[in-house]
Amino acid sequence: MPLISPNGGNIAIVGASETERVGVVPDMSMIQLHADAARRALKDAGLTPADVDGIATAETQVIEVAAMLGIRPRWMDGTTIGGCSFMAHVRHAAAAIATGQASVVLITHGESGRSWVGMPNYSMNPRGPDGQFEQPFGAIAPYSLFTLPALAFLEARGMGQRDLAEVVVAQREWAIPNERAQRRTPVTVDEVLTGPRVAYPFTRDMCCVVTDGGGALVLVSAERARDLPSANRAVYLMGSGESCESVLVSQMDDLTSFGSFRRASAEAFETAGVTHDDIDHAMFYDAFAHLPLYMLEDTGFVGFGESGAFHAEGHTRPGGRLPINTNGGGMSYTHSGMYGMYAIQEAVRQLRGEAVVQVPDMKLSFVQGVGGLFWSAASLILSNQAP
Amino acid sequence: MSIGPIPEPTPETAPFWQGAAEGELRIQRCIRCESFYFYPRPFCPKCNSDEVEWKRVSGRARLSSYIINYRPSPEFESKDPQIIALVTLEEGPRLCTNIVGVEPEPDNLRLGMELQVAFEPRGDQFLPVFKPVRI
Ligand SMILES: [Zn+2]
Repeated sequence: MPLISPNGGNIAIVGASETERVGVVPDMSMIQLHADAARRALKDAGLTPADVDGIATAETQVIEVAAMLGIRPRWMDGTTIGGCSFMAHVRHAAAAIATGQASVVLITHGESGRSWVGMPNYSMNPRGPDGQFEQPFGAIAPYSLFTLPALAFLEARGMGQRDLAEVVVAQREWAIPNERAQRRTPVTVDEVLTGPRVAYPFTRDMCCVVTDGGGALVLVSAERARDLPSANRAVYLMGSGESCESVLVSQMDDLTSFGSFRRASAEAFETAGVTHDDIDHAMFYDAFAHLPLYMLEDTGFVGFGESGAFHAEGHTRPGGRLPINTNGGGMSYTHSGMYGMYAIQEAVRQLRGEAVVQVPDMKLSFVQGVGGLFWSAASLILSNQAP
Repeated sequence: MSIGPIPEPTPETAPFWQGAAEGELRIQRCIRCESFYFYPRPFCPKCNSDEVEWKRVSGRARLSSYIINYRPSPEFESKDPQIIALVTLEEGPRLCTNIVGVEPEPDNLRLGMELQVAFEPRGDQFLPVFKPVRI
């Protein structure tokens, strides 16, 4: 097989599905959530497990997912870098398909984050860097770790707690009509600010929901995509990037700007050969309300200190010039623990014209993931235009 | 004695925790590029030199960012809010720690405020925590 570039639309997502249900799914174990999503995504592509020769997942052993589905792969990727692992899997799968190491790659996610059915026991490691230098001080749950640099980010820009609330209010608008979303009640900035306190400056609605769910993607070459029944719904990978920094929030190179967002997104734009003005829609992994603010600035969509006003002025809402987190995001739609898969699923739905709240005239979507608590990042640029 | 998770030193981090037990904040410094760095490792993450040394540092720091955690993890056996902070030492490195000696209210916590290290017993270890120099 001749070598092709993994970028520029040569690799296609031909199957994409979330689990039949997301939210509270106490009758399915973690591995069954993987399997449910995988079988639905393969059906969506017009393929079966027998066609799959490459498989990737995070946190769960790739072997367990392969075995569950009866797959005997020749390519595996167990990259586990937090919730953006699935963006990295797409990037790695594209390279594998481009070099002939795999022809049909299945990427799965399943997590019983709320009901905790069939999940491993949660455990802390007092000998790890976090066990020695974060957890003894109470920085344990994501809301007490991911949130730590937020005040430094806000204060450096003359921004404040209201800017966090504006993100919540803007994203909630997308979730209100979406029956799969967890939080669908309209909210005001003042209601968000006076909501239950979690970790100042964060109130409840500035933190993601906690749910059960899963999702899966099927990737093939664009050439092979043309022969599948799903051909007219294929979504093409234009470019991608990934990076990491530290497993300790305290060791970020800069508390007010995340280098991994800057590096991963710069490579995605460079490899895709497109500019920010070309992007019609963005998914910004939002475990907490400050993340879309960091991402808007670090990925170059707005200038320093402009991310708060960009939300408040409505540019990210329905009808805005850069619709963001159009499923409602992790804070309103769903968040099983590793949200990245759901961000990609929504980008694919938008590019296929199948979203609950559809953005008109979609051609290009930008997807920015974050892993762990400012550990890592991965970016994708996706298109619905065949190369 | 505060209740909560107890750190377990490894060979590379033991001098940090030994220092804390003796009431000293000890941080590594690279002899070649003269930078202080954290967390502990026996080589410099900036220039890859093996020539590094442990130094007792001043314990002076400034508040870089913080949260007030209203939902402490169950390991602490207390519902009292915690001030979890990122502080930047005078010598450069940043640490995750707790701010003590002040009520957990935003009005008491100004970014950039001066802090001084103190040591709090936790199990068989001592944790470096920080107090405002002026309240
Ligand atoms: Zn050095």
